[in-house]
Amino acid sequence: MSTGDRGGSSDGLAPRPHAGAVLASGVVETLGGDTDLATEADGGPDAVLEDFVAFTRLVRNAGVPVTTDRVAAYLQALRLSDLTSEVSTYWAGRLTLCADPDDVVRYDHAFAAWFSADPRDQRMGRPAPPKPRISTMAALTEPPPGSGQDGEEEETPELRVAASGEEILRDRDIAELSIGEREHLKSLLALLRPAPPKRRARRRRPARRGEPDPRRTLRAALANGGEIGEMHRRRRRERPRRVVLLVDVSGSMSPYADTLLRFAHVLTRRTPTSVETFTLGTRLTRVTRELRQRDPERALGDAARAIPDWSGGTRLGEALRAFLDRWGQRGVARRAVVVVFSDGWERGGAELLGEQSARLARLAHKVVWVNPHAGKSGYAPVQGGIAAALPHVDRLLAGHSLTTLAELLEVLRDA
Amino acid sequence: MTASTTPTSPDDLAKALDGTGYLADAGLASAAFLALRMGRPLFCEGEPGTGKTALAQALSEALGLPMVRLQCHEGIDAAQALYDWDFPRQLLHLRALEAAATASQSALDVDAVESSLYDRRFLLARPILQALQDAPCVLLVDEVDRADDEFEAFLLEVLAENSVTIPEIGVVRAETPPLVVLTSNRTREVHDALKRRCLYLWLEHPDLARETAILRRRLPDLPAELADQVARAVQALRGLDLLKPPGVAESIDWAQALQLVGARHLDLASATATLGAVLKYREDADRARDKLDALLAS
Repeated sequence: MSTGDRGGSSDGLAPRPHAGAVLASGVVETLGGDTDLATEADGGPDAVLEDFVAFTRLVRNAGVPVTTDRVAAYLQALRLSDLTSEVSTYWAGRLTLCADPDDVVRYDHAFAAWFSADPRDQRMGRPAPPKPRISTMAALTEPPPGSGQDGEEEETPELRVAASGEEILRDRDIAELSIGEREHLKSLLALLRPAPPKRRARRRRPARRGEPDPRRTLRAALANGGEIGEMHRRRRRERPRRVVLLVDVSGSMSPYADTLLRFAHVLTRRTPTSVETFTLGTRLTRVTRELRQRDPERALGDAARAIPDWSGGTRLGEALRAFLDRWGQRGVARRAVVVVFSDGWERGGAELLGEQSARLARLAHKVVWVNPHAGKSGYAPVQGGIAAALPHVDRLLAGHSLTTLAELLEVLRDA
Repeated sequence: MTASTTPTSPDDLAKALDGTGYLADAGLASAAFLALRMGRPLFCEGEPGTGKTALAQALSEALGLPMVRLQCHEGIDAAQALYDWDFPRQLLHLRALEAAATASQSALDVDAVESSLYDRRFLLARPILQALQDAPCVLLVDEVDRADDEFEAFLLEVLAENSVTIPEIGVVRAETPPLVVLTSNRTREVHDALKRRCLYLWLEHPDLARETAILRRRLPDLPAELADQVARAVQALRGLDLLKPPGVAESIDWAQALQLVGARHLDLASATATLGAVLKYREDADRARDKLDALLAS
């Protein structure tokens, strides 16, 4: 099967070389066979179908979440399309396989690679994303209370520190922790129980106290033959207010970035639909979708792969503007509690950052700036970036340790 | 195109849309054509003002089908989208029956009275039920991103089944499924399960030639020179990095405003006077005003 080999030739594309064929025959069966496609091309019906199904595998490998039902829809669309026209073949796939503007870009790449004659295009592999700075070394497990004795000799001192020093660990600066302590911190982070901020919803629900509910009162009266028995009351519902986390992942913040993303994951798991997370660096990346996964390691791993500018430079003002243009103003930042995790080191002009912070403050319900350096003695917010943003920030907090992050949770709850 | 003929190719459909004043490019025409033939909803996303809602209107006109519109908002629920019983009218009906029975000294048949309460005439058909009853038609579910997650799940169910069950009456099923167009401004990401049921169309701002053509199409009295200038200026404005880049709707408004103030071509005076039609933020207007000279010269 030449087409399958084509899809499988580039590295990392094909765990199973003939998966395309297997999938193709499955889909053909579900469609009840297909003779229309055969008349359009030189090969038999299966050969043409396999070619197109193999193409969907390439699209999937390019990063578009293509599922079998989408492939079925694609084949159905192809049947209705003019296969001799490149335009209609292109659109048949784009309309059925994509589900997001980002998908469209990936699809375009894949389409160009598959249907172009230039074999160099067929690799189509995007450059591998930079390795994230996540500690992958085998780390110390969290010492269960009271069983710190069975560790190996050289580990014992550190274990003892961790076991007895939980309170100390809570207050320590994250940047100064050893790998073992970081592992322990992860488990402590997972124990945080964040309470989301609340907003009043538009709709009311029956309640014991609150304003009178004429409709329910009258309905109850009707049941009693027109006699008002009891005054029913109603109250506005409360719903979780959206929390938007903007995490600076530039070089100067890299000791904190992993912990902050982990913190974001804890928040996201608590109220998945009302927490949005973006990373700021030289560009803006949305990692909400990655962080919604239950498993923290997988969530963090996927998020790290999605971030192209890990430990790069900072263009805070521009990244903030990108956030406001693409997401914030459309609704994500509106009435939300926005938390910016950044040290405020700005390589671009501070003027833009000030302007964008003002814009953010106008949109958001509350803006909280978390600066890991704010907790250190002798800190004064005088750096260009933070000085420009500070007038538009409701609270400036330290976020360098677990205790300060717990404080942030309290601020969020009361926001 | 009349209601009886269905388009046989995307080009055919594009021509029909053209007849209603909506200029569709190849992608849009294929999308609408496939949605029609595959019986799948069409999910349109894009910047505000790229013609998502107008597409549904144009489709209904081009295909000669009635259009039913469901405007989503926060807190929308099934009763607002599907059906509701007209409670006051039911009560009135009951009172009338009672009065009639008292007057004629006869006893009421309880079962008959009860079943008469759940008659079709007391049923308030909301957009989705109406669309299923009126099918074939075009059902526009506008700004689905504003509705809650729960509503999305409910919508998914209705779209999958093409039928609605009313316990007191039975199942209402559409013989031919309505052509469903969903629009979203991406204020929130819509759930994948809903998108998977749909064809996905991402709409962008049109290029210069198309925008000029749209302007001339929508405003037949517009001088060709002015149309060209407005389209150029709007294209340049979109490149200015504004808070809210103008959409096609804004450029049509602008051209109309210019026409109304009697401008024959776009110059500094007329542009400044009518800038409010195209830019809706003070910061944007300030920024554009600074660069208007260069913009008009190009």
